[in-house]
Amino acid sequence: MNPQDYKSDQYVRFCPGCGDHAICMALQKAMAQIGVPPHQIAVISGIGCSSRMPHYLNTYGFNTIHGRGGAVATGVKTSHPELSVWQMSGDGDCLAIGGNHFIHEIRRNVDLNICMFNNRIYGLTKGQYSPTSPKGFVSKSSPFGTVERPFIPAELVLGARGTFFARTLDVDMPTTVDCMVQAHAHKGASVIECLVNCVIFNNGTHAWIADRELRAEHSIVLKHGEKMIFGVNKDKGLAIEIDPKSFIPKIIVVPADDERVLVHDATLQDPTLHRLLALMGQERFVDTNYELQMTNDELPVALGVIRNVEAETYDEAVNRQIQEVREKSKAKTFDELTLSLERWTM
Amino acid sequence: MERDNIVVRFCGDSGDGMQLTGGLFSSLSAILGNEISTLPDFPAEIRAPQGTLGGVSGFQVNVGKGVFTPGDKADVIVAMNAAALEVCALGSKFSKQGATYNEADALFKRDAVVVVDTDSFTDADLKKALYTTDNPFTELGLPESVQVVPVALTNLTKEALKDSGMDNKAVLKSRNMFALGIVCWLFDQPIDKAIHFLEGKFAKKPALIAPNVKVLTDGFNYGQNLALSINQIRLTPAIEQEHGTYTSIAGNKATAWGLIAAAEKAGKRLVLGSYPITPATDIMHELAGRKDMNVMVVQAEDEIAGVCTAIGASFAGDLACTSTSGPGLSLKSEGLGLAVMAELPLVVIDVQRGGPSTGLPTKTEQTDLLQALYGRNGECPVVVLAASTPANCFEYAYEACKIALENMTPVVLMTDTYLANGSSLWRIPQLNELPEIKPQGVPEELKGKYNAALRDENGVRYMAIPGMEGFQYRNMGLERDAEKGSISTNPENHQRMILARQAKVDQVADRIPEAEVWGNAESDTLLVGFGSTEGHLKAAAQELDCALLQLNYVYPLQRNVGDILRSYKRIVVCELNSGQLAAYLRSQVPNVTLLQYNQMTAQPFQVEQIVEYVNNL
Repeated sequence: MNPQDYKSDQYVRFCPGCGDHAICMALQKAMAQIGVPPHQIAVISGIGCSSRMPHYLNTYGFNTIHGRGGAVATGVKTSHPELSVWQMSGDGDCLAIGGNHFIHEIRRNVDLNICMFNNRIYGLTKGQYSPTSPKGFVSKSSPFGTVERPFIPAELVLGARGTFFARTLDVDMPTTVDCMVQAHAHKGASVIECLVNCVIFNNGTHAWIADRELRAEHSIVLKHGEKMIFGVNKDKGLAIEIDPKSFIPKIIVVPADDERVLVHDATLQDPTLHRLLALMGQERFVDTNYELQMTNDELPVALGVIRNVEAETYDEAVNRQIQEVREKSKAKTFDELTLSLERWTM
Repeated sequence: MERDNIVVRFCGDSGDGMQLTGGLFSSLSAILGNEISTLPDFPAEIRAPQGTLGGVSGFQVNVGKGVFTPGDKADVIVAMNAAALEVCALGSKFSKQGATYNEADALFKRDAVVVVDTDSFTDADLKKALYTTDNPFTELGLPESVQVVPVALTNLTKEALKDSGMDNKAVLKSRNMFALGIVCWLFDQPIDKAIHFLEGKFAKKPALIAPNVKVLTDGFNYGQNLALSINQIRLTPAIEQEHGTYTSIAGNKATAWGLIAAAEKAGKRLVLGSYPITPATDIMHELAGRKDMNVMVVQAEDEIAGVCTAIGASFAGDLACTSTSGPGLSLKSEGLGLAVMAELPLVVIDVQRGGPSTGLPTKTEQTDLLQALYGRNGECPVVVLAASTPANCFEYAYEACKIALENMTPVVLMTDTYLANGSSLWRIPQLNELPEIKPQGVPEELKGKYNAALRDENGVRYMAIPGMEGFQYRNMGLERDAEKGSISTNPENHQRMILARQAKVDQVADRIPEAEVWGNAESDTLLVGFGSTEGHLKAAAQELDCALLQLNYVYPLQRNVGDILRSYKRIVVCELNSGQLAAYLRSQVPNVTLLQYNQMTAQPFQVEQIVEYVNNL
C-alpha cells in the first residue's frame, strides 16, 4: 500500500498553510504504513475544519453532526470490531459540544483512533475562543479576553482513565505518523492531540514549539524505552524530584549525562508520571499572562506517545459477552425464544 | 349482573400459590378475549411465618373491557386465611389496634364479594392474625353490604382429592384451584376452556393435570350446585380469538420482540443504542437480556449518544434502533435529521409520556405526534407509525424495521405509557408467517462507481457497507450532489435533493396496506384516532353505532385516508392531546371539516365521556 491509495478524488479545501494539510498527509502515510486496505477503514468525524478529513480519504467515511463523531464511531466500532475506525475531531467538536461522548469513549476504552486537532480556536465559525484557548485570549466572542479556564486535553484523557495519549505537531511529520501507527496498534481508545496551526484566526498559536529554531529547546519527543533527552545539542535530560515537604513529585531539567535522567515507559499503569510529563510546558497555553504566574523553570512540551497501556476494550468485551451467552443458551432463534413464554393454544 | 370489567384480588399466605392462581385467572381471562391488567403484591418479607399478617401475598387483576389499571379496589376478594382477610379489610391500617373496615383504606369495595376459606379461621389462625375475639367479621366491622361467601375450601379440596393418593401437603396446595373454580363460576367463565388451559399449563407435569382439573371442576360445581346466594357476574362478551398459540404480553416487551424478529428475518444483527428513560426503559432491559438472540445493546452516556451509536451501527450495516420517550426524542432530533440526510435505516421508538419537559413521566399521553412528524430542522421527513395495542407493538415494531431497511429511512414508532406497561393477549407468530424483509443493498456492477447519491427505481438510495471492497464512499449530514454524492451547495441541487428525500418517504405509501374503517361504516359519523386509543374508541364507536378510523400508519398516510374522510358527514378526531392529529390531517386532507375531542389529563379516555360528547354534538 502507498499513501496514494488512501487519497480520495476530492480537492482538499483546507486554507492554504493550514496545519490540517499536514495531518491529512500524515494520515495517508500512516494508513499506508499500517497496511489495512481502505475498504476496511471507517473514518468518522463531527463538524469543524478537522471533520472535513473523511472527504479526503478513500476509505469509508462519515462526516456526522457537531460533537457526535465519538458516539457514531462507538456505534461503528462496537458493532463491527473488524473495522479500523478513526475519529477526526477538533478542540471544539471534541472538548466542548462533544465533551460527553469524548470522555465516555475513553472511559469505555472503545478501540478507536481519535485525532483531536487542537488549534485553540473555532475556525469554521470564523474565530471564537475554544475550550483550549488560554485565559485572557482575545477573539471575536471574547473581545476583552476570555475569563474562562481552559482544558488541558491530556488531563481530561487521563481523568477519563485513558489508556493511550499522544501529542504531536503539524510540522513534525515523522512524529505524527509514528503516533498514528502506534495509535492503530494500541487496542483501546487512542487519543492523539494534534497541535495544528490556524493561519487565519490563530496564527502562531504553537509557535513556541513549532518554530524550527525553538522546537529543540522547547519540546521533547518521548519514545518508549529511550532516555528523555532534548535540546539543540541533546545536552538536557529530564528527571524527577520529590519535594521534601509536600512530597509532590515534579519534573526537573538535568544535564543529559546525569544518572537521574528518566527512561520513558509509556506502559506504566499508574498515570502519575504520564500526567507530569503531559503537563510540562502547558502553563503558557492556559493563560495569556502565564509569565506572571510561573513558579518553575519552563519545561519542554512533551510530544510523542506519552501513555500506551493495555486494558480490555469495550467492543471486545461486548462481543465476547454476547458470544458467551449464545454458546450457553438453548434458544438461538426467534421461534425457539417464543417457547420460553408462558403460552397456550386455543 | 353484566359488567365491563371486574377487579379481583386473590390473597393468602405466601405459600398458598396466590401469584399462580392470579396469573392463571388473568391468562384464562385473556384467553377468553378480555383485556387484563395485573398487579402482583408481595409481602415485604420473603417468607414470613405462616398465617401471620406479614406473610400475606396478593395478586390483583382487572379483567374485562376498557381496563386501564389493575383497579384501585377489588370487586371480588378471595381470602385464603384470616390474616389475608384482615389485610384486605383494613388495608394500610391492618396493624393498628382496634381498626375496623373503612372503604378509603380497604382493598375492596363496600359491596364486594368476599370468598373466605372457613377452614382457615380456627382459633389458632385467628390468634396468629392478631384477632382478639372469635368473630373476625364483626371484629373487622365489615359493612352488611359486603357479601361474605364462606366456603370450607380445605375440607372440600381434601374431599375432592380423597382418591388421588396424594399426600396431605400436596392436597392442601391444591386449595387455590378450588378457589379458582368458584371464581370461574362467579364470572360465568366456561369451565371447559379453563380445563383446557390448565392442561396446557401443566403439559410438562402431566401428573398434576388430573388432580388440578378435578379440584377446579369441583370448585366450579360447588358454586353452581349450591347456588350460592350471590349473583354471578357476567363480563361483557369478548371477541372470539383466532386459532393459535397465545401469551399475554406487555407493550414494551412486544416492541422489543418485534425488533428481534425483524432482525432475524432481515438477516441483520440488532443493535440498540439507548439511555434509560421512563416509560421506555423496559425495551432496553428486555433487549439487554437477549444476547442469546445476538442483540447488542449500548447503554449510551446520553440520549444523543443513544441515537448516534445506533446511526453508527446502521452505517456499518446493522439493524439499528434507539428507544426513548418525549424528552429523549427532543434530544435525538439532530441525530434523526442526520439519519434523514445520510439516508440510513433507523428505528426510533418513542414511548410517549405526559409532557412537556419532564412532565408526568409515568402517565400516558399522545402529545409527541407533531414532534415526531416535524420536530427537526430543515425539510426532514421520516416515516411515523403508531402501535395501538400492547400486542400489536410487536407488529408495528417489525413493520418499522421492514420499512426502515427497505426504504433507507428513519422510522419513528410511537407507543405510550398505556401500551408500554399494559398487557394484552398476543397470538405468537412463527417467523415464517411474518412478511419478508429485503434490506436495501447495492448491485455488484456499481463496484468502483458507487456513491451515496445512487438510487434504485423507487428512489431508494443504494446501501454499501464498510468492509465491501470497491464501494468506499463518504456519507454525511451535509447536502450532497444528487449525482456525484459529494458535498454540494448548488441551489437547484438542494431543491432536487429535498424532493428526492420526500419522494422516497412518500412512496412508502405504495408498500403499505390501505386503511380500513371499523364498526358501522354506513353511519354518517366517523371517529378518528391514532395509536393507543384504539380500545376506547372502538368501545365508543360501538356504543354510538358509528365508524372508526384508527391510524397505525401516520406518515405517510395510507392512500385511501383522504377518500375515507371525505365520505363521512361528521368526523370527530379524538386524541389525548390538544388536537395534533386533527391539525396534521387538515394539512394532508384539505377541505374536510374535522371536529375534535381532546383530553389532556394524562389518563386514557373514558368511553362514556366520548359517547356523551358525540351525542351532544
